Amino acid sequence: MARFGMVIDTRKCVGCMDCVVACQTENDVPVGYARDWITTEVRGEFPNLTMQIRSERCNHCDNPPCVYCCPTGASHVSDLGGIVKVNASRCIGCKACVAACPYGARFIHPKGYADKCTFCDHRVKDGKDPACVSVCPTHCMVFGDLDDPASEVSRLLRTRKWHTLLPEAGTRPRVFYLT
Amino acid sequence: MSNTLTRRRFLKISAGTFGAAAAATQLPRVAQVIAADAPAAKGVTATPTFCEMCFWRCGGIAYVRDGRLWKFEGNPLDPQSRGRLCPRGTGAVGAYYDPDRLQRPLIRKGERGKERWQTASWDEALGYVAERMNRIKAQYGPESVAMFNHGIGVRFIQHVLKSWGAINFAGPSFAQCRGPRDVGFALTFGTGLGSPEPTDIANTDCLVLIGSHLGENMHNSQVQEFAQAVERRIPIIVVDPRFSVAASKAKYWLPIKPGTDMALVLAWCNVLVSEGRYDKAFVERYGKGFDKFVQEIRRYTPQWAEAETDIAAATIRATALEMAKASPAVIVHPGRRVNWYGDDAQRSRAIALLNALLGNWGRKGGLFSQAGIKVAGYPLPPYPESTKPLADNPNRERYPFADEAVTTGIRDATLTGKPYPIKGWFVYSSNILHALPNQAETLKAIDTLDLLVVIDTIPSEIAGYADVVLPEVTFLERYDELLAGWGRRGWLALRQPVMPAPHEQKPGWWIAKQLAGKLGIAQSMPFDDIEQYLRARVEKSGYDWDKLKREGIIMGPKQPITVEEGLELSFDTPSGKVEFYSDQLKEKGFDPVPKYTRHPSAPAGYFRLITGRAPVHTFSRTQSNPLLGDAMRENEIWVNGATAKTLGLANGQYVRLRNQDGVVSNRVRVKATQRIRPDTVYMVYGFGHTNPMLKSAYLKGASAAQLTTRYATDPLMGGTSIHGNFVTFVKED
Repeated sequence: MARFGMVIDTRKCVGCMDCVVACQTENDVPVGYARDWITTEVRGEFPNLTMQIRSERCNHCDNPPCVYCCPTGASHVSDLGGIVKVNASRCIGCKACVAACPYGARFIHPKGYADKCTFCDHRVKDGKDPACVSVCPTHCMVFGDLDDPASEVSRLLRTRKWHTLLPEAGTRPRVFYLT
Repeated sequence: MSNTLTRRRFLKISAGTFGAAAAATQLPRVAQVIAADAPAAKGVTATPTFCEMCFWRCGGIAYVRDGRLWKFEGNPLDPQSRGRLCPRGTGAVGAYYDPDRLQRPLIRKGERGKERWQTASWDEALGYVAERMNRIKAQYGPESVAMFNHGIGVRFIQHVLKSWGAINFAGPSFAQCRGPRDVGFALTFGTGLGSPEPTDIANTDCLVLIGSHLGENMHNSQVQEFAQAVERRIPIIVVDPRFSVAASKAKYWLPIKPGTDMALVLAWCNVLVSEGRYDKAFVERYGKGFDKFVQEIRRYTPQWAEAETDIAAATIRATALEMAKASPAVIVHPGRRVNWYGDDAQRSRAIALLNALLGNWGRKGGLFSQAGIKVAGYPLPPYPESTKPLADNPNRERYPFADEAVTTGIRDATLTGKPYPIKGWFVYSSNILHALPNQAETLKAIDTLDLLVVIDTIPSEIAGYADVVLPEVTFLERYDELLAGWGRRGWLALRQPVMPAPHEQKPGWWIAKQLAGKLGIAQSMPFDDIEQYLRARVEKSGYDWDKLKREGIIMGPKQPITVEEGLELSFDTPSGKVEFYSDQLKEKGFDPVPKYTRHPSAPAGYFRLITGRAPVHTFSRTQSNPLLGDAMRENEIWVNGATAKTLGLANGQYVRLRNQDGVVSNRVRVKATQRIRPDTVYMVYGFGHTNPMLKSAYLKGASAAQLTTRYATDPLMGGTSIHGNFVTFVKED
């Protein structure tokens, strides 16, 4: 079975938010909510500065607290490449997962259930990239199977420096940032 | 080479009509690309069209699912999008569903600008417009109706006005944007650059950006190539008072003192010349007046420039040598919205000369020669001849080197009645209260008008002052004139309707045709509907209409665009050479070689206000778009962190800005950041809307246009400066 992940090159990302807007249209995310977002981290003092821009979303963790804490089993790990998903019809909107996620990746949809990034599994099962990946004008995102050593994501993780978000949380994220 | 079309040659051909149609070229089997990308799901249709969210004109494919516009994606066949749109293009869905859209024609009742309206039928509204136009014509002549416009959608309305006898048409895209650059380059190389700029960033070995904030300014294919340049780890040199996104990716960030860019560019020229690191073969073969140029720039040493610019002499030298090392595969980006200080055509000329020293003209990795595509014209009756001069720049006496009309020149003519009265304005898709400097002058000019017609999709500020508002459909609901694009290869693109108009909005061509009927010049639009017109042009050119409708894009023939590909260089200057020294400038009393002039600094307690773009918005056109508004609801005023501390300003706090003339802005949040010089403040322009009909954007953020009361006019070409205003902070309780 595949283990899907995403590798994002922060050197190329310009933080244009195309990924955010594309996710909203692709997935009918209501205005005022977002499944992905841009974080900008500035270090140093004028004029000696560095900046990292990141497109962030659910990390589809290998060790997902949102799944463990779900009282109904709505939050689950999907058979499709281990994508972390929410079964809306089983979700009671208790917000336990929203609180458990250290990345703030979840929100309660106006219709009452917990919502978040799905890695666009409806596209992935047709062999396409998630909408954010396929729209990005800088080509800074790559999606693929982390367990396949021949995949582009595996190759990038072997050849480039990278980090994940909040590794100390022990969640083992599957979204990686190249530096 | 008879089958090729270069932009330079094109400019010599007076009209856009071509006798011979180009032979249809062999194209790859491209239909499959779209077919493969179209979702197999039922109830989903995919229609290619080209985008109007900005003016880069990317090809996209609009997907409609169960009658709802679902998404807009890049067309992989299109050279501008290469299959990927920018956030504004992606957000075009929000333009269609924008609840603030103009819905039906409006006729003003009561005082101008008070926004009391009577809804009208199209018949009533256009009858009213035609009647007022004819009254102006009878009293003053048709030349007294002028037009401000932006975008390809104006084509047929402009055509009908020209057929009626109007001659004054101006777009802010010239005097308030790229005009100074195109004039500066034309004076040097014989041709301007147009849009998209012919920068071969994909192949360059060194990229210099002066104020160009690629990545925040989202011109799509240019940003795509910029990201490739970052990935290739070529040296990038960014000159900007602000640590822009581009600066954060650069090898060198030069946080220049604003207003001194010309000093830096001349010092770079000085280094290349004095150290013998310029392209001698290019200069010898193609240059004219090089010796006089050398004499003139001798005084602009890096040491001198350090004092002016705040950039260390050693850095100036190192960056110049970095460029020389990459020559000719180096680009000093000519910029786009370059109307900063009123001497911008000369600064652009200095940038052109720096590029010339680097020998990158017509070179791979430098500035290539744009190729076009030949498209046959449609037989239309000729326009009536006028005996009057153009109002903005009569006989080119005001601005000798303006090769397009100057918006503020039309505004001046309206205010003064000279050279003749201007009594009617048409404003098409251009919010001139934001685009032109000094709003008070625009409002005063409007006061003297007998007719102000605004055609737009949203209730812009200028629409609030209209006598008649004509609501146009968005680009997703209409056909427009064909796009014959200029680039590495020419291309033909079709804009076609994807969705029905949600209310009573109509496309520009329809408005034009109805107006022509009301004006008694129906013969000026000799076709029943626009499809007939477009199809005739496409088929007469030897291209397949159905294929164009299906795929959206047809690529033009390949032709050499660089010397490496066999391009022969020639220059349309008076001397036929690259003019390091310009006799035509000297004849008109201007500096034949650009000279540095110091601009005023901020008075004590004030900061220079500079402006730029955000990736999710275009000018003042997109703030009410629900998707793009959600991405960025209001702008911020960037202040250096240390400065903010001194002034007692907290990050996120609301303040107002007061400029040197006492004009106070709407409230705006402070962004206290290390990413800007202490003497400079920055905001994204286009915010701070004051038309209450624009509900979701009303009074959100501050308007840079409102604070631009002071402006200098470029004596060469009429460009008006935007970075000459100083502001101080007014704290909100």
